[in-house]
Amino acid sequence: MAAGKAARVASRLRGGGSALPGLVVERVDPAFLTHALADLAHGIVVVTGTNGKTTTTKMLVAILREHGRTVFTNPTGSNFTRGVISSMLAEIPLSGRLEADMAVLELDEAHALKFAAAVKPTHSLLLNVARDQLDRFAEIDHTAKLLAELAERTTIGVVLNIDDSFVSRIAGRVRDGVKVTYFGVDPSIADRLPELQEADVRFADDFTPPAPTAADGLLKPKDDRTFEVRFGGGADGADDVGPLELKQRGLAAMINATAATTTARLLLGNDFRADWAVTALRRVAPPFGRGEVIDADGQPLELVLVKNPVGFTVALGTYGNTPVTTMVAINDNYADGRDVSWLYDVSFESLRDKGVALTSGVRAYDMALRLKYDDVAVAAIEPDLDVALERFLGAYEDEPKRIFCTYTAMMALRRDLAARYGLANFGEEPA
Amino acid sequence: MSTMDAPSKGQIKLVHIYPREMSIYGDLGNTRALASRLRWHGYEPVIHRHHPGNDFPTDAHLVLGGGGQDSGQARVEDDLAHNAEVLSALAADGIPMLMICGMYQLFGNAFITVEGDRLPGIGILDVTTQGNAKRMVGPVVLQTAYGDVVGYENHSGSTQLAPGQQPFGAVRSGMGNNGIDATEGAVTGNVFGSYLHGPLLPANPRFADALIKLAVEHALGEPFVPGRIDDEIADQARTRQVRRLVRR
Repeated sequence: MAAGKAARVASRLRGGGSALPGLVVERVDPAFLTHALADLAHGIVVVTGTNGKTTTTKMLVAILREHGRTVFTNPTGSNFTRGVISSMLAEIPLSGRLEADMAVLELDEAHALKFAAAVKPTHSLLLNVARDQLDRFAEIDHTAKLLAELAERTTIGVVLNIDDSFVSRIAGRVRDGVKVTYFGVDPSIADRLPELQEADVRFADDFTPPAPTAADGLLKPKDDRTFEVRFGGGADGADDVGPLELKQRGLAAMINATAATTTARLLLGNDFRADWAVTALRRVAPPFGRGEVIDADGQPLELVLVKNPVGFTVALGTYGNTPVTTMVAINDNYADGRDVSWLYDVSFESLRDKGVALTSGVRAYDMALRLKYDDVAVAAIEPDLDVALERFLGAYEDEPKRIFCTYTAMMALRRDLAARYGLANFGEEPA
Repeated sequence: MSTMDAPSKGQIKLVHIYPREMSIYGDLGNTRALASRLRWHGYEPVIHRHHPGNDFPTDAHLVLGGGGQDSGQARVEDDLAHNAEVLSALAADGIPMLMICGMYQLFGNAFITVEGDRLPGIGILDVTTQGNAKRMVGPVVLQTAYGDVVGYENHSGSTQLAPGQQPFGAVRSGMGNNGIDATEGAVTGNVFGSYLHGPLLPANPRFADALIKLAVEHALGEPFVPGRIDDEIADQARTRQVRRLVRR
């Protein structure tokens, strides 16, 4: 009863995609989540890992909805438990219990575990482990441990990245009777993996991934944009999903789609239909700032979020073969990671031919310096984001543009761009 | 940077020890910075990556090491013990070395874990590190023989200098060796230990060039002839951090 009441009280605080109401409920009523999710016994899905949470969650939800399921999710990228509660408040009836077939929740690694302490997930999808925000999580081994503990608390099935040894080694940690399913890449593109992965030095022996089974989805790209997700260990192809093309570019997005498809197939069982999955995936627009393309006075402006070495390296690889006028904006607030050392674990040689038009953000000079050490020319440095954006849009009016930016820089630039070009704001994103 | 096509003033061999296990916080950037600056000064850098189990290159002119995780330290301990004598001999010979964070600790006498276990280091620097429950994390400004030095620390070990051991710098902002005595890092001869990531060298070119000078003079037996490098961006990056962090 108390839980329902707390929800009603807090529901007056609803709105705006803010985490504030969630924070209030979290404080007032720690049992809120348990109560709210009580009716979803077969579908409480947690998506976590360092890179690709937001995109993968969006894809998974799209596939499930295409199959007629009602799905609750936290679509704003607010991946702390209080963000989940906040988005729940907007949909919850007076009973305090969520009415949906399934909940698919994107949570950051630490909050995934916090969430699991309140509500045991039925399924978890563990994407990858990479260096990210080391000042928050301290070490990648620690992140791997958080994911393993989440897997231990999952009750029906876990989906693991077969190629990331930090993740696939978690298979041995799940409870008896919990099904382990893998997603990964087809052996034909295994040479692309090093750019996506961290060295796992926790064990002396070399890692040998397990052999994929019929339930495991493997990514097989046909070209830069088109790919299939193959099931059945790559045998006869009857169960394959695709070929299809996504709106979002690059190998990372294709791997996210593979993870989402594999998980949807596990959740839906015999109801899963490959053609519906394709229809859903084709329609998924990139989340804000994740390769989103904005019409800036008739020219495309791509906004690319970069937050760790693997993410930045993958982004440069994705966009490297279509060089355009580029700006890089680096802040060092808590949400960006306060240590900018990670920029030195990224190689910027692909920007050398065209150079960089502008660096911006609190650490604009550090970014320019990083580029200088890779012999990449920088035309201008302007720490103030508003001034930099104004100048960037003005000076390169008639050409396609791209901005690589850290999280808080992206938020600021996106707000500015939203006002300028009448775009939707954060929290108003169409599903 | 005008010397790209000029004949090389000589080859300098940089040895990065354990880049796979002990370079998680961008410390690879120190090697990148030295290689670029050597090129800009007109020398030819040769980078050698030393991995556990391989023969140690005794013809090193400059040795670099970085920070890692506990698992990384466990992977390199045996190899480091195996090469302790070689490294001590190189250090005694005046080969410059820069050891950051985890490798700084391992170049000391010992690391005492929270549980009280004593893990021996190779003792080139007269320092001892005590494991701590709390981490020292954040941006740092030091006063050093090379002017203000900026970086970022992220360590749980608390390091004490033995009597007579010189620190690398005095803390103007941040925690340093232990958060108490305002020292940071250690210097013995041409061997430098520090907790500073950032990475340390790119934004602190005066110190980077001091290491290059030592390496060049040892390698070639002649004075270091610097090229002309425009360090305006590095100076801006550094002084902006100093202004943000140091209250006057």
